[in-house]
Formats: sequence, structure tokens, C-alpha cells
Amino acid sequence: MSNPTTKATREFLKPPVTEVGVIGWLRSNLFNNWYNSLLTVIVMLLFWQLIPPAFSWAFVNSVWNTSAEVCRETDGACWSVIPQNINFIFFGFFPEDQQWRPGLAMVLLIALVVYSKNRNHWKKSLGIYWLINLVVMASLMYGGIFGLPVVETDQWSGLPLTFMLALFGIVAAYPIGVILALGRQSKMPAIKTLCVVYIEMIRGVPLISLLFMSSVMFPLFLPDGVTLDKVLRAQAAIILFSAAYVAEVVRGGLQAMSRGQFEAADSLGLNYNQSMRLIILPQALKIVIPPTVGVLLSVFKDTSLVVIIALYDVLKTTKVTLSNPKWTSYSTEAYIFLAVLYFICCYAMSSYSRKLEKELHTGH
Amino acid sequence: MQSEPSITPDAGLQPSAAPFWRDPAKRAIVFQVAALLLVASVCYYLFTNTQANLERQSIATGFGFLETEAGFEIGEAMVDYSAADSYADALLVGALNTIKVSFIGVILTVILGTFIGIARLSSNWLVARLAAGYIEVMQNIPVLLQLFFWYAIFYETFPSPRQALNPFNGVFLCNRGLIFAVPEAHAAHTAMGWVLLIALVAGWGLNRWGRRRQALTGQIFPIIRVTLALCLGLPLLTWLFYGAPTAMNVPELQSFNFKGGITISPEFSALLLGLVFYTAAFVAEIVRAGIQSVSRGQIEAAMSVGLRPGQVLHLVIFPQALRVIIPPLTSQLLNLTKNSSLAIAIGYADFVAVTNTTINQTGQAIEGVALIMLVYLSFSLSTSLFMNIYNKKMVLVER
Repeated sequence: MSNPTTKATREFLKPPVTEVGVIGWLRSNLFNNWYNSLLTVIVMLLFWQLIPPAFSWAFVNSVWNTSAEVCRETDGACWSVIPQNINFIFFGFFPEDQQWRPGLAMVLLIALVVYSKNRNHWKKSLGIYWLINLVVMASLMYGGIFGLPVVETDQWSGLPLTFMLALFGIVAAYPIGVILALGRQSKMPAIKTLCVVYIEMIRGVPLISLLFMSSVMFPLFLPDGVTLDKVLRAQAAIILFSAAYVAEVVRGGLQAMSRGQFEAADSLGLNYNQSMRLIILPQALKIVIPPTVGVLLSVFKDTSLVVIIALYDVLKTTKVTLSNPKWTSYSTEAYIFLAVLYFICCYAMSSYSRKLEKELHTGH
Repeated sequence: MQSEPSITPDAGLQPSAAPFWRDPAKRAIVFQVAALLLVASVCYYLFTNTQANLERQSIATGFGFLETEAGFEIGEAMVDYSAADSYADALLVGALNTIKVSFIGVILTVILGTFIGIARLSSNWLVARLAAGYIEVMQNIPVLLQLFFWYAIFYETFPSPRQALNPFNGVFLCNRGLIFAVPEAHAAHTAMGWVLLIALVAGWGLNRWGRRRQALTGQIFPIIRVTLALCLGLPLLTWLFYGAPTAMNVPELQSFNFKGGITISPEFSALLLGLVFYTAAFVAEIVRAGIQSVSRGQIEAAMSVGLRPGQVLHLVIFPQALRVIIPPLTSQLLNLTKNSSLAIAIGYADFVAVTNTTINQTGQAIEGVALIMLVYLSFSLSTSLFMNIYNKKMVLVER
């Protein structure tokens, strides 16, 4: 074996240390040319400048659950603004002794969401669970049965309001959206025009204008003596708004269906209702599950806009807390807390939607 | 009613006439008439209710209020405005403010979004992760919360004018906004603006001529460099021609606030920052997807015919990526424009905020909301009109 390049010898040669392990990774990912090396150094310098002071502000010099007086003495973050006001931020004007009710409703909701994440549970019964849950949540919040005192909807506030506006919004908007999408694909010119005009008009205006409509114009629409309270009016605006977006998502699903499916349904002798209900919609709606989660996500984020028509969602209750002179200078901390809260909910939804997209993509 | 099939000698060959509820064409007419009647009756019901309510509350109708005196001040106006002007003037000021923040926002968003989208694809792990983190965080926090956050930073973290931060000479940062020095008004500046416009038009013409020459002869003319030289050089020459005026309008502290210079209000800055940071995250994802949609084979083919890296980017990647990028990009930029209506939450006087004040003062809610919808609809519809033209122009010629 004098020849060093034979097969046997070569197998014993390890790759150079600069190609594998930590050093190899660093070389190929951070320092693979002069330009990237420079970028890495600049980013590291920025980290060096920013992270230590931010860390000590948020964690080292900070106070976590103290009175506002203690906060004034510290240089760091005053996270106390949150635990000291947590009841108000979460539940707003809901009567203090009844706050277990929205709390329980939230727990039920989260439990059902976690249960629904597993696709093995996607059966007809799941839909029924959801309907039951919505009814239970609404009656828990409103009361009037089982001896629970009635809490009018104008006292609903905080996190439950945010969740319920988004949830009822999407649940009610979904069937309307499906009908609008079918109408837009319809061959009947009058129905098609009505649906197109509705969808494009709603998508062309900001949600704010619809919320304004609900708060200042809607009372004028109702006959004398009939009133609808603010929360329900805002809910109606959110439903009308989301329906147009759901319709566009569903239309994408309908357009993605191959012509053969429509023709096969026709050739079986199914009428329009049957072919839609049995053949087209089950497939089309399956395709659009991920983007529908996307619509739910944006509806959830958009519910924060009800602040502008003075509904007390979780953003508004936080702002009210901050308007207390004791806590007014700790808005950064409170907003960061809210941002984390929203981020957790939205990130869970968006990553779930991405996961579903991957799983449902059967690839042909 | 033809409920029973008519029996004729050749009934077995000719299909019998279907009853009208089985005839799709006739049924379609019935459905459409029913739908139209339903919509019309709902509209009629709402209309009569509204009429009755308006009469009872004795609210005026019509757009006559536009002529009357507004009676409220607007913090920042691009045109001369005072409380004595009419509502129409106030609404115009609001619309101009909306256009201002949207226009600047769109430009900054496209720049920042492209930058982050490219960073997301960087081969530098650190930079790519940072960009991905930025996108995730910004997309998942409601834009209104971001607006409040920036506004709070401006209002509570920055000092009062007396202790204003002074990072550079002539630039002040305080809770009244960002104040900086601008060149003193001079005839040279107007002339420079016109010359720049001429240079841009010349660049456009040059671009057309250069392309035609390249198509005919294959010779490449350095259009970008020449245009850049024109755009920078001509205004500079004009400035020198006018005797190089250097007088500056420097802001100075007077008792409670700054005088002189240009002030960018905290409301405007917070709105702009919030909208740009939020929308840029979506734009970055669009740019990333667009660049990734260009197949590697295209890039390799371009390199193998001997194009330089800059040319590969300019002639091969960009034209194809733009085809994918432009449609979702316009819808995001339209979203930015619509989201600028959140200005009302932090007190920037945009169109919605001014209209809201108008509604509160006159009680004419229907006209106000109709105006808001009209303005935003005209933005959206003109954009989608432009998009349709663009899509027709850019559609792939399939062979």
C-alpha cells in the first residue's frame, strides 16, 4: 500500500476541521465571504450595543409586582402595571364578583381550540361541540339562566370581548361568505352583479368606515323604538366585513376545482344544490382551510379597531388603565405585554395554518 | 300550467316540454327577480326608517353642510386652512393629509420591504434569521397596537422641547416631534425642482431610446448611470448657477416650542412608523416569494450566456420576479392606504378623522360615512383598474 490515494487510505482521512462542526458551520453560514463577514460583525456589534441595556431594563432593574410608588424609584421596567391591573385589563367592566364567568368561558374556548387542533377530531361531532360551546359561552357571559344575574353586553369588555368579536365574527361570516362566493361564480347576471358589487365595495373600504356606520348610521336604519346595543352593532359590522374576505377565499377554492368535477356531478344527474353540497363545496372548502385560518387571524387583529368607536376590548381596557395618573408613564411595558399576548395568539394561528397547508397538500 | 306532458304521436322521440320550474333558464329568471326584489325591499325598508328617523331628530340631509363654516382647527395642514373655512376645505385638508402619509408610507414600505425580503434570503444565517424574526413579530401584532406603541414612545419617552435631544447639528428630537433645519427659501430651489423634472423626463426618453438601440444593434447603453448623473448633476449646476445659496432656516427654541425649520409631528411620525413597519413585513414576504419563484435554471442560463451578476439581476431575475411581486404588492400598498385611516386613534388629522369631527358637529352621519367610503373606494377602484391594465400587459405570451 504505497500509493496514498488508494480507496482504503482515503476513507481514513477526515474532512478538515474548518469544514465541519462549529467552525465549519460558522464558516459556511456567517463568514463565507468578505461581505457576509462584514455583515456578521456589524450585526454582532449592534447586538453588543443593544441587548445588555435592554436585558437589564427588562429583567435586572425591573420590578414585577409592586405599587406604583416603588416603580418610580427604579430605572428598569415597571411590569407591575400588569399584575396590579390584570383584572381590569382582562375583564374590564364585567362585575367583579362575576368575573369567573368570562374566565370560565375563555378556558372552555381554549380547551376546545386545543381539542380541534388535532385533525383526528375533525368529525361532525366537532361542529356540534363548537355550536354548544358558543351557546354556553354566550349564556355564561349574558347570564339569566341557572340563577346567574344578567350582565348586559355593554359591560362585556376586555379579552372576552376581543375573542368573542373575532370568533362570532368568523363563524357568522363563513356561511355568508360561502353564499357570496357561490353567487359570484353564478351564471345568473343579476345575482352575480349583486355579489360582486358587495364584495368589491366592502374590500375597497377600511373597516373603520363600517364601524362608523355601525356606530353612527345604524341607529338611523332601525324603526322607531328599536335599539341594538353597541357591541352587537360592531359585531354586525365585523361580520359584514369578514364575509367579503371569506367570499374571496372560498372563490379561490372554487376556481381551483377542476372542470371535470363539475361535469362529473352534472353527468350523475345531480342538481345544483346536490352537486354543490355533495361534490364541489366539500373539496373546495378543504382546499381553503389554511387561508381561512388566515382570515380568522386578520379578523382577530382587526377587532382591536373597535377601540375607535369606544368599545372596551383588551386594547381599550389597557388604555384606560394607562390613563390612571399612577400608571400613565408605564405605557411601554403595558403595550409590550399586550403585544406578547396578541403575538402568542396570532403566531399560534399562523403557524397552524402553515402546518395545515403542508399536511393537506396531497401533491398532485 | 303544463303539469302533464303533452302526448303527441312522436312523444318517444321529442322531449316533452318541461314544466317551467324544471327549466333552468326560466328558473334563473325567477331566482334573479326574487333576489332583486329582496334587496330592493330591504333597501326600501332601511330608507323609510332612515327618513322617519331623520325627520324626527330634525337632522338636515344633503351635502349643503359642505359650504358652511367648519369652526375647528386642524393641527397640520398642507394648504392654508383656518377654522373660518368651510367643511369642504377641512375635508380637503384631511384628504391631502391621507394622501401625504400614504404616499410617503408607500415609498418607505417598498424600500424597507424589499430590503428585508432580500435579507430574508441572505446566505448569512444571522441576517436571514433576523429578517425572519422581524417578519413574524410585525405580522402578528395588530397595527393599531403598534401605532399606540410608537405614539407612546414619542409622547412619553422623548423629553420636552427644553431638553430636546440634539443628535446632529440643527436636528432636534422631542415630544413635539422631529424638528430639523431646511435651506432658506430661495428662487434656486424652485428652479432645481423643475430641472430635476426635466432630467427625469430625459432619463425616461433615454431609456426608450437605449432599449430600441439595444434591440437593433445589441449595444448596451449605460442608461442607469447616465440618468443618475443627469438627475444629480443638472440640479447641482442650477444651484451653482444661482450663486450656491447656503442660508439655512435653523429651528430655535422659543419659550415652549421651536420656531423655524420643519417640524414632523409625533402623530405623523407614529402613524408613518407603525404603517411602514407593519406593511413592510408583508411586503418582505411577497418580495421573497417573488425572487424564489424565478427558477435556478433561469439564473444559470443567464450566467452561461455570459451576463455579469448585475446584468443577471437586472435583465433576468427582476423582470420575472416583478411579474409575481406586483399584484400582491399593490394589494398590500392599498392596505397601507386603508390602514392610514387608523390615524384617528392617535389624533392625526386624516380624512376619516376630519370627517368624524364633521359628523359629530353636523350630525349628518350618512353623508359623512358615504364620503369616507367614496374616497377609499375611488382609491381602490383606480388601483385595481391600473392593476388590470398592468396584468394584461405583463401576461405571459404562451406558445
